[in-house]
Amino acid sequence: MKRWLPSPLSSLVLWLAWLLLNQSTEPAHLLLGAGLAWGIPLLTRRLQPHPLLRLARPWVLCRLLWMALVEIVRSCFNVSRIILFANPEGLNSQFIRVPLDLHDPHGLALLSCLINSTPGTVWVEILPDGHELALHVFDLHDEQWWIDTIKTRYEKPIIEIFEQGERP
Amino acid sequence: MNAAAELPLWAAVPVVALLVLGGAIVLIGALGLMRLPTFYQRIHGPAITVTLGAGCLLIASMIYFSVLQSRPVIHELIISVFILMTAPVVAMLIMRAAVYRDLRAGKRDTGAMSGDVYHLPSED
Amino acid sequence: MTTVLELAIGFVLVCVILSMVFCAVRLVRGPTAQDRVLALDTLWMCAMLLAVVLGLRFGSQVYFEAAMLIALTGFVSSIALAKFLLRGEIIE
Repeated sequence: MKRWLPSPLSSLVLWLAWLLLNQSTEPAHLLLGAGLAWGIPLLTRRLQPHPLLRLARPWVLCRLLWMALVEIVRSCFNVSRIILFANPEGLNSQFIRVPLDLHDPHGLALLSCLINSTPGTVWVEILPDGHELALHVFDLHDEQWWIDTIKTRYEKPIIEIFEQGERP
Repeated sequence: MNAAAELPLWAAVPVVALLVLGGAIVLIGALGLMRLPTFYQRIHGPAITVTLGAGCLLIASMIYFSVLQSRPVIHELIISVFILMTAPVVAMLIMRAAVYRDLRAGKRDTGAMSGDVYHLPSED
Repeated sequence: MTTVLELAIGFVLVCVILSMVFCAVRLVRGPTAQDRVLALDTLWMCAMLLAVVLGLRFGSQVYFEAAMLIALTGFVSSIALAKFLLRGEIIE
């Protein structure tokens, strides 16, 4: 099982993507898609720099994605309001530092995607001295609020999802 | 455009609402790109175009074709997922390039030094 | 209702084309290279949305493939340009 189907999750995603692209559920497409979904992860296993992803708690991931979606829509309207009505000279656009506890590369990738998808915040990089994240905020009112939000609402679920079992 | 005549009312209302909202959001994002004063503010403008604007238009397209052809047409989902996965990467790389270039060029008035995170190399 | 839908699609077309004009203005005027790359990236995104809306306008599925290809090439070109700005300087 482990040897012939190294990553069932990516196989499933590839199969669904193939069916969506062809827009059909004919047996021929089902079969060809299944072949591709079986072969591609097997052939590209050597190319992956990190050990394969293991999802510990899918329902936490679903809740996190839903919360991020709500947050994206909310801050979209905030940013539109600022662009349309605020005086751009009075905006307090700043870089802030956020200390991070997360070390898993998949988790960091997910966190950066969520933060960057949210309008109003852009992830710059993880600063080389110490494990701190440099973040640019469009209109900063309260630095501590941003740090707390990212730590509790985003980072804690991601640590739960990806680092389960690695931590004491 | 003859096809639109067959769209029933219950489907036309959400499609119209999503189209108008998406169009307005796309326009606001581009407006932000044009009129905000510094680069570090301008990079936040296209973010709303990419997320909510593109999302609304793609969902409207999905509803429209699904109702019109009376079968689920959801392959716009691939574009949505692709955009949601790639747009953050582009924004992050452009942002990092801008910060490094400003620090390397030693410009003070661009906003790269605001917030006490980045300093000019000579100040370290 | 048909005319309202037509009007809405026309409104979105105007919006997207106007945003492309804004992006083009920033592309021409942008004081630094990163501004131009950002404007180009947004221009790709608007072109992709234009293809989607044109598909609605003409009721055709062919535009989906066009939108998909525009999204793919746009991502690759933006990444290449940003990476070049990051490391491709002569003064390094």
